[in-house]
Amino acid sequence: MGRLFALVPLAAAVGLLAALAWPLFEGRNPQELPSVLLDKPVPAFDLPALGAGEPGLTSTDLKGKPVLLNVFASWCAPCRAEIPRLQGLAAEGVTIYGLAYKDDPEATRRFLDALGNPYARIGVDRDGRTGIEFGVYGVPETYVIDGDGMIRHRHVGEVTDRVADATLVPLLKELAK
Amino acid sequence: MMRALVLALAMVFATPSLAVQPDEVLDDPALEARARTLSADVRCLVCQNQSIDDSNAELARDLRLLVRERLQEGDSDQEVLDYLVARFGPFVLLEPPKTDSTLVLWYGPAVLLGIGALAVVVVFVRRRRTAPPAPLSDEERRRLDALLSDDALLSDDVRLNGDAQRGDTGDGRPA
Repeated sequence: MGRLFALVPLAAAVGLLAALAWPLFEGRNPQELPSVLLDKPVPAFDLPALGAGEPGLTSTDLKGKPVLLNVFASWCAPCRAEIPRLQGLAAEGVTIYGLAYKDDPEATRRFLDALGNPYARIGVDRDGRTGIEFGVYGVPETYVIDGDGMIRHRHVGEVTDRVADATLVPLLKELAK
Repeated sequence: MMRALVLALAMVFATPSLAVQPDEVLDDPALEARARTLSADVRCLVCQNQSIDDSNAELARDLRLLVRERLQEGDSDQEVLDYLVARFGPFVLLEPPKTDSTLVLWYGPAVLLGIGALAVVVVFVRRRRTAPPAPLSDEERRRLDALLSDDALLSDDVRLNGDAQRGDTGDGRPA
């Protein structure tokens, strides 16, 4: 009994080490923060359009059917990389709205002319205040918003094939039911 | 001499470089002081281990301006922090709030220290309680004397227990 009791500190140390090491092997990115707005309505906003004669983007536009809201900027490399993937989604019938975060509208225009434009509508968030309302802390970020205008998911970072196929598309399909 | 004096003065009056830009500073010194204190407790979510007061990231600047704006609109310190938490979550505070999920964080170390102290006390009490070992029997005493004497090397009794000799220094004293 005494012998076994002596093993308790060792067992406790191993247990603690395992608990601390677990997140490392789980593949969780500590930079990714959960959104506090999850399952809450999108914050109200009314953003101007990129150019004259084009529609801007308001929070009411996000209601009606499940959509993606993609926060992007021309100065962000992963945003550049994910455009083809977003275009693929748009071609499959997914409605994607764009939030041009802290970007010069002319730079945004050049960015879209060069790479293609997957967005049904774009709102220009020049000073990043709408981004702050969403809790955006970096670009790109992609939000899945259901037909009632509730935020159902936030993806931080580039939309890769894996993210789109494993998370975004299935969630959109489920919300569309 | 003059140069040394100038250098010394420069060192005395040097301040650490600040992330807060002159154009961000409020005219009201009292409000500005509150903004600085608040900013020191708000995490820059880009750099994650710096406060927005220390960080020169774009988002940190935006949040510094936001904090000042809220203060100018008459928010209390707590209201400003609540405003930020409502958008970015409790992680935005450098000092985690005391909630159910952070209890371990706040009180875990104290609990572990308590367990350690308890273990030390238990060990000492037990040690005091155990009776001193029984005195050697006559047989044990005889063997010990044999081991300690130089004759031990010749004794059959000891030779049979060869292992006992390994630690001997050779001059009859145990190592």
